[in-house]
Amino acid sequence: MNSFPWLTVLGLVPLVGSIVVALLPKSKPALAKQLAFAISLAVLAFVVVIALQFDGSTSAPFQFVEFHDWIPAFGVTYSLGVDGIGLVLIALSAVLVPITILAGWNDVEEPNPESVGSVKGYFALILALETLMIGVFAATDVFLFYVFFEAMLIPVYFMIGRYGGAQRSYAAMKFLIYSLVGGLFMLAAMIGLFVASAQILGKGTFNWFALVGLNIDPTTQKFLFLGFFFAFAIKAPLWPFHTWLPDAAGASKPGTAVLLIGVLDKVGTFGMLRYCLPIFPSASDFYAPIIIALAVIGIFYGAFVALGQNDLKRLFAYSSMSHFGFIILGIFVFTSIGISGSTVYMIAHGLSTAALFLAAGFLMQRRNGSTLLSDYSGVNKPAPVLAGFFLFAALSSLALPGLVSFVGEFMVLLGTFQRYMWVGGIATLGIVITAAYVLRVYQKSMTGPVGNGLEGVKDLNGREITVLVPIVLLTIFLGLYPAPVLNVVNPAVDTVMTVIGATNPEPTVGLSSTTSEGAQQ
Amino acid sequence: MNAVAALVRTVEATPWVMPNLDYTLLAPVLIVLGAGVVSVLFEAFLPRGARRPAQLTLVFLALIAALIAVINLQDSRGSAALGALAIDGPGLILQGTVVVIAILGALLMAERGLDPNGDAFAARASSLPGSEDERQFTARGYFQTEIWAFFLFAVGGMMLFPVANDLLMMFVALEVMSLPLYLLAGMARRRRLLSQEAALKYFVLGAFSSAFFLYGAALLYGFSGSISFPEIATALSSKTGETGLVLVAIALVVAGLLFKIGAVPFHQWVPDVYQGAPTPVTGFMAAAVKVAAFGALLRLLYVALGGMRWDWTPMLWVIAALTMLVGAILALTQTDIKRMIAYSSIAQAGFILVGVIAASPAGLAGSIFYVIAYSFTTIGVFAIISMVRDNNGEATHLSKWAGLGRTSPFIASLFAIFMLALAGIPLTSGFIGKFSVFTAAMSAGDNWLVIIAVVASLIAAFFYMRVVVLMFFSEPTEATATVEIPSVFTTIALAAGATVTVLLGIFPQPLLDLILNAGVFVR
Repeated sequence: MNSFPWLTVLGLVPLVGSIVVALLPKSKPALAKQLAFAISLAVLAFVVVIALQFDGSTSAPFQFVEFHDWIPAFGVTYSLGVDGIGLVLIALSAVLVPITILAGWNDVEEPNPESVGSVKGYFALILALETLMIGVFAATDVFLFYVFFEAMLIPVYFMIGRYGGAQRSYAAMKFLIYSLVGGLFMLAAMIGLFVASAQILGKGTFNWFALVGLNIDPTTQKFLFLGFFFAFAIKAPLWPFHTWLPDAAGASKPGTAVLLIGVLDKVGTFGMLRYCLPIFPSASDFYAPIIIALAVIGIFYGAFVALGQNDLKRLFAYSSMSHFGFIILGIFVFTSIGISGSTVYMIAHGLSTAALFLAAGFLMQRRNGSTLLSDYSGVNKPAPVLAGFFLFAALSSLALPGLVSFVGEFMVLLGTFQRYMWVGGIATLGIVITAAYVLRVYQKSMTGPVGNGLEGVKDLNGREITVLVPIVLLTIFLGLYPAPVLNVVNPAVDTVMTVIGATNPEPTVGLSSTTSEGAQQ
Repeated sequence: MNAVAALVRTVEATPWVMPNLDYTLLAPVLIVLGAGVVSVLFEAFLPRGARRPAQLTLVFLALIAALIAVINLQDSRGSAALGALAIDGPGLILQGTVVVIAILGALLMAERGLDPNGDAFAARASSLPGSEDERQFTARGYFQTEIWAFFLFAVGGMMLFPVANDLLMMFVALEVMSLPLYLLAGMARRRRLLSQEAALKYFVLGAFSSAFFLYGAALLYGFSGSISFPEIATALSSKTGETGLVLVAIALVVAGLLFKIGAVPFHQWVPDVYQGAPTPVTGFMAAAVKVAAFGALLRLLYVALGGMRWDWTPMLWVIAALTMLVGAILALTQTDIKRMIAYSSIAQAGFILVGVIAASPAGLAGSIFYVIAYSFTTIGVFAIISMVRDNNGEATHLSKWAGLGRTSPFIASLFAIFMLALAGIPLTSGFIGKFSVFTAAMSAGDNWLVIIAVVASLIAAFFYMRVVVLMFFSEPTEATATVEIPSVFTTIALAAGATVTVLLGIFPQPLLDLILNAGVFVR
């Protein structure tokens, strides 16, 4: 591996871009947008370069490793590196950011009667957020991860609070306080972890590699695990820690919601996978039944509430919560196929959420921003293209075979069946409800007689189609051919399995490969 | 009373020798106190017009010279003035911090570009508020320069406080620091009645707490037969089993210091004084008194009472928990920014106490880091408060801050950074400070105190972020204040506060190295 600091440079590009955009004169909002878009594309190109260099066959679990002392007094290092899971999540962020920027092109206008922020501010915040997203997925030091994890709140807080809808101030504060609750308990647990490592190693450390395999005594593990898990469960969000999400999503711009649910919430599930499982294996084992129960409750709770929702943004937020139930389920069944499935599901969910929120956002924009489902009907007559994309997003959300969400959901359920047949069986029923609410939304909004005020609705324009097409293509491509993702994810998952000392239940031989083939058919 | 008699006999018996005062070790304090004396002479003999330039030159030269003197001493360890002062690593770091904060505080106090009538101080403190006299003095553009003499004496006291190594010197330092501050608190140009009320409250309660300290000191002396910290420590370790009165003594002495820190239940003066005092004085006091008083508290607890830590930690545990929670909860309900910051300073004192309780080198280093980080942030906070004004002077009601993010995005962003630092969000100095004291406490086994601290941090985050919400998420209204452009004085102080807040958040290692290499207190 060459010594070029790929990940640092990757993180710096959007950061520098963010500063430049923020310093542009206020009188040139168009330039700010164009520059932000160009930078986000450059980041995407950079990620592609990195991904091409990523060696899926090597035995080293982390690649593009960087290691520098940062605060030696506390054993804190600036160490970066990606495994397959980190890489695909960075890639997901890099794909969604330019899409979000393009989709939000006209979302913030100046002067804006509704929001108080400037145009350039919004785009600068998105780019700053991208830096932190890259950092959070690339950090291999618990302290560094925490810094990114907490710092991420600030741009999102401003994106909701300055640019959101009517309830923005309330929603931003609720989001921040919920996240801080988790974050501060994680801070306490992190300090506890440092102290525990100091007792075992003689000198405290935050380095992930040193912490993995540290035999912390089981009682301490249980406490520390809770601190970390609590933060991740709020972020993910796991039932019953989810109540901030509908408010935050409901008050956000569609673009903000995409980044919030599509990427930021993945930090929660990523954190469970990267930190909770390997560092606290025995505690993970201890709590797994409870977490699985909460995840299954979340699947049904989210789906049922979505079934009864009339507010589109809140509906999608609850639907995400249901999907996160699947992701968390897949992680805590401790089977390779379940964990791989969860990772694929994270990607799939990011894409389908983006499609849903953005298509719905375009729709809402055409009717003065109303988010109420009851305000829409028969849109497919005046705007067939919009309705088509919306249908695709809906089908992607309900995991239609052939789309990437199906691969993820199927693998998660398969992994669950291997370990807990009954749980797998119950969770499968969740799919039915998902289908029910997704199709209900489509039927109510798109079919039937054309609703009031929707007669002259314009169909999608070129920019909007450009936004949605890449998501559609990726969803189909990875649905039919998930190998690029699975090939990089599987070695990382195997590492996790080894570290936590879990073995796949019989029969295991060849299952992984047959499933991915099965998913391709 | 045998001890006194013995002391008298010793004094009579020993022939008088010239005490060795180690003037080099005393140099930083002597420079500042000497400048204070010169400053009084300036007031007496210089013509009115020449006073301000002369005083400012004197103040800044003296402070810079004192800073250089402190830096010169960096490798010196030992005791000076017959053991009354201990010159050691932590003491010098705290002394240096006091001087730097004093320079920034002096910059705030020297500001004349914000108030259309002059500086932040009353034209003549002796004139009756609202009287014809006062109007005349204001109209003629009088201003006071006595403040600089007070200021220098206060700084001298603060520099003595963390290096005082016996009870008497600590008491003298406490008074030299406090008396000028009582006066300065009463000299605000605007809302003078509020200011004078604050001064009186501060003075009465301060005198009360001094009495506590003195009574405790007398008891400790009665027990150990000495006022010197190392000898008290020796006496405490040799005479075990007679600790009943000692516990009362410790409680009284510590209460006297906790008053200066503003810990619950000795915090009632804090909001009134913070609100009433002229803002530059509040900023200087909030920052520098914390540094000096925590230095003194640390030395007293770690050097003199180190052997008794199993007795004082439970007491301080309760006080720290109460201080954090009461400060954070009461701050939630405040509508005046200065009062809110006052309650926040109470909560912050509680966080620092968490590090003090650890009673370990890590706790010492963590507390010192925290108090340094906090003091720079505080200077920045008050610099901005002094700049946000309307027709009636400073606009301290929170509602007048609505929409500042729209009208003055740069200053509002700086204030937001300070709020994030106080809330302990990563990439600011406040986070590293919190992290280091929490780590020290957890290493010492105080897990529950850290949990309480985490809960208090959360409550505190709510009111800090509320200001951000007001500034950035609300529309400006008719009542929204404007941010006045200050002169170079306040600008430098603000820039220094902001720079240190961010730098210590990203690169804390140099300061941590400095503190860790400084070692512990000398005995």
